[in-house]
Amino acid sequence: MTRTRKTGLIFFPAFDWAISPTHPEREERLLYTQDQVFEEGLLDFDNIIEYKPGLATAEDINRVHICVPDARGVITESHLISAGGAITAADKVLSGEVDNAFALVRPPGHHAMLVVHGARGFCNINIEAVMIGYIRKHYGAKRIAVIDTDCHHGDGTQDIFWNDPNTLCLSIHQDGRTLYPGTGFHEEFGGPNAMGATINIPLPPRTSEDGFLYILEHAIQPIINDFKPDLIINSAGQDNHYTDPITNMRFTAQGYAMLNERLNPDIAVLEGGYSIEGALPYVNVGIILAMAGLDFSHVKEPDYNPASLRESDDLKRTIEREAEQIYKLWKNRDALREKVVGQAKYVKRRKRIYYDTDGISEQQEETVRVCSDCGGLVMIDSVADTGNRIYAVILSAGTCPECRHDGEEFFALTNPGRYQYVYFQDRDQDIFLVK
Amino acid sequence: MILGIDVGGTHTDAVLIEDFQVKRKTKVLTNEANLLDSLLAVTTELFRDEDPQKLERVVLSTTLSTNAVVQNKIDRVGMLIVSGPGLSPADLPIQRDVHFLSGAVNHRGVETATIDPEEIGRTADGLQREGIRHVGIVGKFSTRNPQQETRIRDLINDHLRHVSLGHRMSGHLNFPRRIATTYLNAAIWERYQKFVKQILYFVKEQGITVPLYILKADGGTFDINRSVDFPVQTILSGPAASIMGILSMVDFAEDAIALDIGGTTTDIAIFADGVPLLEPFGIHIEGHKTLIRGLRTRSIGVGGDSCVRFVDGGLTIGPEREGPAAAFGGPFPTPTDAMIVLGLTDIGDAGKATAAIEPIAAAMNASLEAAARAIFDRTCEKIVRHVRAFIEEINNEPVYTIHELLEGKVLKPTAMYIVGGPAEPMSARLGELMGCPASLPRNAEVANAVGAALARTTAEMTILADTERRTLTIAEEGLQLTVSPRFTLAEAIAIAKERLRERALDMGAKERDLEIEVIECQEFNMVREYYTAGKNIRVKVQVKPGLISTLR
Ligand SMILES: [Zn+2]
Ligand SMILES: [Zn+2]
Ligand SMILES: [Zn+2]
Repeated sequence: MTRTRKTGLIFFPAFDWAISPTHPEREERLLYTQDQVFEEGLLDFDNIIEYKPGLATAEDINRVHICVPDARGVITESHLISAGGAITAADKVLSGEVDNAFALVRPPGHHAMLVVHGARGFCNINIEAVMIGYIRKHYGAKRIAVIDTDCHHGDGTQDIFWNDPNTLCLSIHQDGRTLYPGTGFHEEFGGPNAMGATINIPLPPRTSEDGFLYILEHAIQPIINDFKPDLIINSAGQDNHYTDPITNMRFTAQGYAMLNERLNPDIAVLEGGYSIEGALPYVNVGIILAMAGLDFSHVKEPDYNPASLRESDDLKRTIEREAEQIYKLWKNRDALREKVVGQAKYVKRRKRIYYDTDGISEQQEETVRVCSDCGGLVMIDSVADTGNRIYAVILSAGTCPECRHDGEEFFALTNPGRYQYVYFQDRDQDIFLVK
Repeated sequence: MILGIDVGGTHTDAVLIEDFQVKRKTKVLTNEANLLDSLLAVTTELFRDEDPQKLERVVLSTTLSTNAVVQNKIDRVGMLIVSGPGLSPADLPIQRDVHFLSGAVNHRGVETATIDPEEIGRTADGLQREGIRHVGIVGKFSTRNPQQETRIRDLINDHLRHVSLGHRMSGHLNFPRRIATTYLNAAIWERYQKFVKQILYFVKEQGITVPLYILKADGGTFDINRSVDFPVQTILSGPAASIMGILSMVDFAEDAIALDIGGTTTDIAIFADGVPLLEPFGIHIEGHKTLIRGLRTRSIGVGGDSCVRFVDGGLTIGPEREGPAAAFGGPFPTPTDAMIVLGLTDIGDAGKATAAIEPIAAAMNASLEAAARAIFDRTCEKIVRHVRAFIEEINNEPVYTIHELLEGKVLKPTAMYIVGGPAEPMSARLGELMGCPASLPRNAEVANAVGAALARTTAEMTILADTERRTLTIAEEGLQLTVSPRFTLAEAIAIAKERLRERALDMGAKERDLEIEVIECQEFNMVREYYTAGKNIRVKVQVKPGLISTLR
């Protein structure tokens, strides 16, 4: 017998917004989900409360993103509403008005990275990250675990919190060798001061209910137990579904509901999921019922057939091995840091980022000050083929005096010239400067 | 000349209206056991020196259906449910005599599982064995495709008195509410149709041959003959009558508040641009959440007879009523007593009122006058607080488009209309607190009967066109048509308006009162495999609640 919980639902289908008329991210996307949610009468349950989304502000975005040239320049109203919806969810949970909340909003955000030159993977700004920035500003420092169950690697969320030891970014997704964005491997393990706070669990195509739940039980939950977060956030993408047109997994509405029941997130935020008729209506009803502690055992796709979705023995063994390896990796995070970082004072990494939605290429060099007292100081030099080149100095939440001193100095000394813009993002004191 | 009758729980009010003026009015005690007695009494009184031949129409508002539900005077109903996947059966509203049948329809109206005639036959036999003769048939998404409901009806219909079909109750999506609504409709059908027969006999006896209308919960009327199959629509028509009454007595087209201040409760209603707001899904009655289209009201536990106490250093007003005001022999001080002490009204026994307020003044360590003032102010403030919260709630209702979120209508009432016993002494203070002028409609004591008399016929219609499937479904009519793949939103709106017009005329509307408005119209590109496969078009139209026009 499950206990019912008070669940906040922020439903915003943006029926008047699309990337383009035939794009998967179009007006129709949540139409049948709305039909199903209404027809099931979910909003009539006393413990399911619907809220109107608030509007996020440029200030909210600037806490976690470096937008080029500025926040207003890379977004539309729709992004302020979907990020605002996530923020409303957080407010309702953290103020104690509800036990948990689901932001069933679009457009999504988990492929939007720290620097934003344009849209990639249907995302302009990272709505979970904006929400986390807001939570820390208004509700104090928190250890937060983001569990990304979208079928695509949550590369944007990973990038934004790469150097933040207090945000666990754990993504499970279809193996990057077989799917966009082509990343999300074990080696991506967090920056020098936050090793282990990024965890990637690539799963083979055709993984189904048993596989996901196995990984949850044998890798995700043990890691969460060790990390001890104050808040668990689920990036609840629904494109692992067996009917999804752009992926190759075999997850189900029952599976999503069970995963949600066991993970028990404080806040869930919709990400991808493009089987708008065959999957989303059922998956979303399953997730809402699971969050509210109601019986979801009758939520099934009309063509649901567990036998045809069963994993092969080979696949099962691959998944078992994956769980074992990941947990071992996590346990070894400190030793690994010794080995990788050693005595280095600064660690650099170079990245090429492609914005598939907008067709922009970016080259980035990130320099991190190694620090045992905080997430360190991060400096980014980014050039995009739009012609924009920018420099950004970023202080993480809980930054130490030395990192702060160095960061402020770097910002003071770097002058526009070869850079169009120089940014200073102080996540500790909530300061954002541009010159 | 129009005859309006409101059969309320306590009183039956009746008015004769000529040229939009109340010509005669009367009030008798309602005889619950025999409603016809009350009807006879008021009509005899009104027509004493009037010519019944001058009547143009008769409108009746009755608590019969409401009372049947509240007092549980209902029939046993066999519920045949086609649930399909989704919510657990244990979470559905009706649990007794429920039979779950095979079959399923999805959100687009596609049949995803078939019904089983043998299973239906067995179920029908079971109903017969149990002696159940009233049945409700409800399918999930039956408003998107009613065929399974109608086929089941055709298979079981033999020995039954009445069958209510879910899709005919409302075009809105909400399966649990559809079940509750269909259940209530079937449960009160027998009693209601008997009442209609009696009424028809009664008017014939009286020599009345003009159309006879019944008031619905949405403040609209329908022809009594059309009401027989949908008695559920007449539940909670009482509050609707009073709101329509206020609308008829004052002429306004702005956002406004209506208050009906009674002894125990105050009812709040809101008008947007002069049109009363409807409940977003449907009304609630006795724990049933329904799809019955109804005017949106909020009842709060404060009224003229609310019990006043001074506890823990503070005044409390209500929510309970322990009897009449002390001035009328009640056991506790009430806001009415405070108003008597303040000289705002001269009803009742002023000595008893003073005696009741005195202990409160002593406890407050204040003068009698100050204590009465405090009670009066707290009462007004409490009402205004609830009004503000109600408006806030309406303004915060979720919307689903960027346009509505950023530019949607925000209610800003600029007038307040108050009826009920303490309306006069309280109106000035309430208006002051609310920041808008408050006024008292004339003939307020018969507002319900006037509201019923002057209400127009209302109806709603929901259309879903799916050009990929080439279907057009009109839920309320149980109709499915074929459309061309190039069918457009404009065509859908035109069909919706025309069909609604026919429907409303059929329900007794007059052509001149058909103020039809589009309340929802959406069009979605349906894209499959990156190609546009068709359009999903959704249109909802209604005849707005309002007054018949000849009289304006
Ligand atoms: Zn993921
Ligand atoms: Zn995805
Ligand atoms: Zn540091």
